[in-house]
Amino acid sequence: MKKLFAGAVALVSLTVTSTVMANETITVTGSNSMSSLMEVLAETYTVKTGNFVEVQGPGSSAGIRAANEGVSMLGMASRIVQDDEIKENVHTVAMARDAIAVAVNPANGVSNLSVEQVADIYRGEITNWADVGGAKSPIVVITRDSASGTRAGFESTLGLTRKINGIKVSAIYPRAQVANGNGMVKTTVAHNVYAIGYISLGTVDESVQALSINDVAPSVATIQTGEYPIARPFTLLYRDDAPAAAMAYMNWILSDEGQAIVARKGYVPVK
Amino acid sequence: MFMTNVPQAFKRTSGSSLSRQGGIVSRRRELTEILFQGLFMLSAFIGVLSLGLIGFFVFKEAAPAIEFSGIGGLVAGTDWLPPALYGILPMIVASLLSTSLAVITGVPVGIMAAIFLAEVAPPLVVKIMRPAVELLAGIPSVVYGFFGLVVIVPLIEQVFGVPSGSTILAASIVLAIMILPTVITVSETSLRAVPNQYKEGSLALGASKVYTTFFVQLPAARSGILTGVILGIARAVGETMAIIMVMGNAPAMPEGVLDSARSMTANIALEMSYATGIHSSALYATGVVLLVFIMLLNATLMYLNRQTSK
Repeated sequence: MKKLFAGAVALVSLTVTSTVMANETITVTGSNSMSSLMEVLAETYTVKTGNFVEVQGPGSSAGIRAANEGVSMLGMASRIVQDDEIKENVHTVAMARDAIAVAVNPANGVSNLSVEQVADIYRGEITNWADVGGAKSPIVVITRDSASGTRAGFESTLGLTRKINGIKVSAIYPRAQVANGNGMVKTTVAHNVYAIGYISLGTVDESVQALSINDVAPSVATIQTGEYPIARPFTLLYRDDAPAAAMAYMNWILSDEGQAIVARKGYVPVK
Repeated sequence: MFMTNVPQAFKRTSGSSLSRQGGIVSRRRELTEILFQGLFMLSAFIGVLSLGLIGFFVFKEAAPAIEFSGIGGLVAGTDWLPPALYGILPMIVASLLSTSLAVITGVPVGIMAAIFLAEVAPPLVVKIMRPAVELLAGIPSVVYGFFGLVVIVPLIEQVFGVPSGSTILAASIVLAIMILPTVITVSETSLRAVPNQYKEGSLALGASKVYTTFFVQLPAARSGILTGVILGIARAVGETMAIIMVMGNAPAMPEGVLDSARSMTANIALEMSYATGIHSSALYATGVVLLVFIMLLNATLMYLNRQTSK
């Protein structure tokens, strides 16, 4: 018993000293979709420098609020942040971009859609390819399961959400077929001439055709310039008075090393 | 040290037991009996205990969703829009529709195949067919799903001219194939267990072979066949992976068998990985409904079986 107690004391002191040993704790709060990428970055950074990074992902709005009020050293927002949303001493910087390709069967014939057309197809308001310049055949709409991050990104960039009893829910047509993964969307679209689906840009291959949106083809270049519309920036927010450790972390994310991790996780680097 | 100790201990016991060997042997046997009875009881309780624990935890986890939407909102709701609405009626309908279609097509085929194997086929054919059927039972469901996706789904698109073949019909066909081995093997075994005198008596009275099979042997084997059907239905209702791959998983209320739909099992499997809070609880509630359905189904069939055998 005594031994156990001594062991516990030793263990506690060990964890205490290890936190003391880490120079500083950097707090990052915000977007849920960004938190998985941020956690990977944080782990690498902790191993590299010994500075501990605490990541919380309650949502983009919470991230903007946290940065405004200085509750968190850095804020995360997985969307464009308007100037009137932030205080004068808060600045934004894009750390990555998340792009979604709208894919059809290569034999489909349609190669370009407008943002509104894509949104209407997913709302179930356009149901025939003839309405968007294709063959006269019904559209088979493929979506992702409601827990998917790609779906969340797709819905938020296209405004495919609505409110029921004050709770934000998806506005995607319930008759849309649901595939449980980028791979399954791709397989279904590759086998069905009438199908349309959306997948993370990194997973597009020759079995499907990625559509141009508003006449802009998705590519790393058009995503970096912001021309390709179904993409969202992963924005970091920081205050003028942010601690040096947090600024160092942010600069590391924007460095080649950080951006390489961004690319490896399937997002488009900003540089 | 250990090696030297063991023979001494052995000698001591063997020396003293020689005089009262009978008593010790019987006591030892008694002990073994008690030990094994306990072991059997424990094993039996593990099964029942698991059922109880699963039931308890599924209900416990489902409670927040039932509180949030009410039983009516869950079971009779037609909109699945997490995190606001958790209506699982479309999924109940999809599960029932796909399963019943699969049973309607699969069971007669299975029973007739069993009759063929038990009564008609020459021994050589049985030798080849039975292992083939048993092999069918061993195929993993994801392989059935893949088969459905690349063969049945495009076939439905061509035959019915629908834009997408990922439909309830595709799922039913895959399920019908999946329940075949269960129905065939159980039915064949029970048909073979019918005493030969029944058949001989019927034939001696001048009844035809077909008449004998349908009106003498089948009724006599009914209980076993029904067990096969119950097992088949349970497999069809509980099937997940193959269904996810061929049914399209749209959470809307299906309007016909050529519509895409989502089964209860698919609903749980699709969203479990990410769901949190009430959403996750609603998936457990889906599990509760599934559990209740399977219990009701089994109870009904068992009751029917008992009624008709009276």
